[in-house]
Amino acid sequence: MKLKYILPILLISIFTTACSEDDINDIVPIVSEIEGLTKVQELSNATHTIELFNDSGRFYTGYNTISIRIKDNATNSFVENATINWMPVMQMPTMAHSCPKTNPTKASGKDTVYTGNIIYQMAMEDGSGWSLTVNYTIDEVEYSVTNDITVMQNDDQNVASFMGSDDKRYIVAMVKPLKPIIGNNELVVGVYQMETMMSFPVVENFSLKLDPRMPGMGNHSSPNNTDLTYNSSDKLYHANLSLTMTGYWVLNLQLLNGEGTVLKGESVTTDNVQSSLYLELEF
Amino acid sequence: MKKFIIYSISFFFSAFIYAQEKEATIEKDTTQLQEVILIGQRKLSKYRQEKTLSSIDDYLEKSNKITMIKRGNYAWEPTMNNMSSERLNVTIDGMQIFGACTDKMDPITSYVDVSNLEKVTVGSGQEGTEHGHAIGGGIDLKLPQSKYYGNGFKSSVDLGYETNGNYRTAGLDVAYSGNKVYINVDGIYRKSDNYDAGNSKEVLYSQFEKYNVSLQGGYKISNNHSLDANLIYDKASDVGYPALPMDVSLAEALISSVTHIYKNDSTFVKSWESKVYFNTITHIMDDSKRPNVPIRMDMPGWSDTYGFYSKVNLQENKHNLSFNLNGFYNRSLAEMTMYPNDPNQLAMFMYTWPDIRTLYSGIYAKDALSISANETITISTRLGFHNNTIGDQVGLESLQIFYPELTDSKDRFLKSFAADYQLKTKKYDASFGVGYGERAPSVSEGYGFFLFNSFDNYDYIGNPTMNNEKALEANAKANYYINRFKIGVEASYFYIMDYIIGEIDPTLSAMTIGANGVRVYSALDNATIFDVFVNSSYEITETLSVNGTVGYNYGSGSNGENLPLIKPFSYVAEMAYYTAAFNASIQLEGNGNQSRYSSYYGEDNTAAYAILNLNLGNIIYLKNNKMILKYGVENILDANYSTYADWNNIPRQGRNFYANVSYVF
Repeated sequence: MKLKYILPILLISIFTTACSEDDINDIVPIVSEIEGLTKVQELSNATHTIELFNDSGRFYTGYNTISIRIKDNATNSFVENATINWMPVMQMPTMAHSCPKTNPTKASGKDTVYTGNIIYQMAMEDGSGWSLTVNYTIDEVEYSVTNDITVMQNDDQNVASFMGSDDKRYIVAMVKPLKPIIGNNELVVGVYQMETMMSFPVVENFSLKLDPRMPGMGNHSSPNNTDLTYNSSDKLYHANLSLTMTGYWVLNLQLLNGEGTVLKGESVTTDNVQSSLYLELEF
Repeated sequence: MKKFIIYSISFFFSAFIYAQEKEATIEKDTTQLQEVILIGQRKLSKYRQEKTLSSIDDYLEKSNKITMIKRGNYAWEPTMNNMSSERLNVTIDGMQIFGACTDKMDPITSYVDVSNLEKVTVGSGQEGTEHGHAIGGGIDLKLPQSKYYGNGFKSSVDLGYETNGNYRTAGLDVAYSGNKVYINVDGIYRKSDNYDAGNSKEVLYSQFEKYNVSLQGGYKISNNHSLDANLIYDKASDVGYPALPMDVSLAEALISSVTHIYKNDSTFVKSWESKVYFNTITHIMDDSKRPNVPIRMDMPGWSDTYGFYSKVNLQENKHNLSFNLNGFYNRSLAEMTMYPNDPNQLAMFMYTWPDIRTLYSGIYAKDALSISANETITISTRLGFHNNTIGDQVGLESLQIFYPELTDSKDRFLKSFAADYQLKTKKYDASFGVGYGERAPSVSEGYGFFLFNSFDNYDYIGNPTMNNEKALEANAKANYYINRFKIGVEASYFYIMDYIIGEIDPTLSAMTIGANGVRVYSALDNATIFDVFVNSSYEITETLSVNGTVGYNYGSGSNGENLPLIKPFSYVAEMAYYTAAFNASIQLEGNGNQSRYSSYYGEDNTAAYAILNLNLGNIIYLKNNKMILKYGVENILDANYSTYADWNNIPRQGRNFYANVSYVF
């Protein structure tokens, strides 16, 4: 009987304290703008130190989302009004080339952090060969810094570089899923054309046929996958990728141009177990 | 009332502790089966059975209506009216219990042994819905109730040996019956090597080993009130399944209950029995003994069930009323991990039963009304609320591959009605009944994820959006007696709407290596199942009798295809000699050619067969004790055969000599 009276009082008291705690939390919102990110490297010149961050703290081949912060060496404060572009370059024995990229822009909701991405389509075994030049403008003054960076080979093929049947070179890179689940995943892929050694514009309005397979399990597929179609708002290709179990998956692809002509890749059949254009995924 | 709760809890725990001790010590000892087994409502002393130590599976198979599907020499799956597990409601003393294997390798009849049971109650069709909803019928494996005879200790030992498979059985049973206290402990151990089919062809992976211990305690609180606690621990290991690509390294069950019983002959309420129970099953499949498999895998499964029932029996004038209020909560989880042949690749994992929670509560009511001295009308109904919830987010996301709109919870309301008219005179008896029943899809049918069925070589996907399966049913039974001659006929007809069965989806790619494709559970518009049995017996003399049964079954779907696992024309003929001290019988049993097999659902034609068995028995009295000896030969002619119910046509046992000895003291 007594419980009947005690219980509401108890509940009310719990509720009240909870409210006041909320208030306290609101007053102290000191959250670092780089929380959850790991520093990859610093690039410095006489005036500034450029800090590069991502989730893992290392660059791997494939699509890399990179956060960047510019520290004024004189004041030790972070610049909030920079305009930035960057140029990754791979120095090969006979030539140099760049790779697809998006220049950093101010990260939403942040003051000092800028985000962009770079798609390294290859790497040397020891991670050497790549350098990164960051050009930035602060208060109409131009600065630049160049440094070697280390890019390691990803275990799985998450980027493919190839010559299409139209004699143009293309790069296809997986952007998502970052953390695949057993179930329906949003597959996001970037497609770029290698126009010159240094220019890699986005390829628009192509499409990619998708056929995910598990080579370790009789090369079976999964149901309800869709083909990748172009989305003009983020300039990437989107599809539904269903993964019925964890493990090693090969995403067999065929790249089709606007007219529907296959530029690269083949259908998977019993004789042809894998397309020549594919990405890999393991979880 | 508080006292009852305290008593029940303390009893429950004391039973628990006791059992822990016993497991270690009893394993190699023996037990005995003191109880009386009933099939249907026929009373069969176990000492009148061909084998005192035969398994429950063997017992059940003696019933006309029941056939056992065999995937090996162990854990046979009962079917009734040509319908298997998901259309039946199989309970242990009213307790719901669900197997933990996605491939039906552990029907719940495999988790109890004859030594645990007093009788088996079989209810065909809607007559079998006292404990839950069913289409084909209900099987209730009854545990014995405590007996307050005050006659002290009573024990028995059983030993059995069979030549085929070098099958050894040993059992021990000790009971103490006081005026207020009853304790019974029994244990049974069974071990068999591979058996030989006819012509001495060894059937690989048909071995098994299991033991079962049970403890029962009863306390009589007053003349009308008593409390029972029951605990069964059953463990099978190293069980081979020759018809399947995998074996079982562990099938383990713990089944516990506490029951309060009220009995009074002089009041309106004749009996009131309430039980709370819990059971847990662990089932681990294993392919490590198979030399050649396309891929190594682990497939464990778990099933936990909590439940209660409270049933009351009332009698007044011509009415005999019974009510049963019951509920349960089950958790079924099964997973599969496959290890790629390329060691650099990560293991592949999926939930095959994605943590499905089933919550059911319902009420059953029945009235048997005597309208005259010879006539009885029985009506019964069961109404229930059934909910399935997907407990695991990964599981929900997995199923959303097939059903993007799927939510984690689904409610169903289930109904069942039956009416039956019975007429009994000296010369003949007859009954006629009609019924309507519904059932929810089973966990596999609703939520299974790439369950491989080796019978038709397809992967199966569950379908949570299906309607309830519904059945209209009619049954008739008549017996006619002339002097020593008796003839009887029994028939059932089922018209099943939204009949659940797997249909091929050609767009899906099989997961299992070597599978033909994928079937998704869906509903046929309707299906028809019909079965009829004619049996007759003639007593030539007081001690010598002959009897015979023939049966015919029919099953067809609205798509024009035959249903799978429909029994072909079958017959049994027996001549028996029986005296108090000695009995003998010779038996001919067989099936006709399975002409109406279902190639569409993966069946092939099973040829006709016939086998001959000889059974003998003696009872020897030694002062106050007695010894029962049973021996004989099964499949005397060593026929190499398989029946329609043998998974992938695995052949059955060839010639087998057996002997059982029981000593009661």
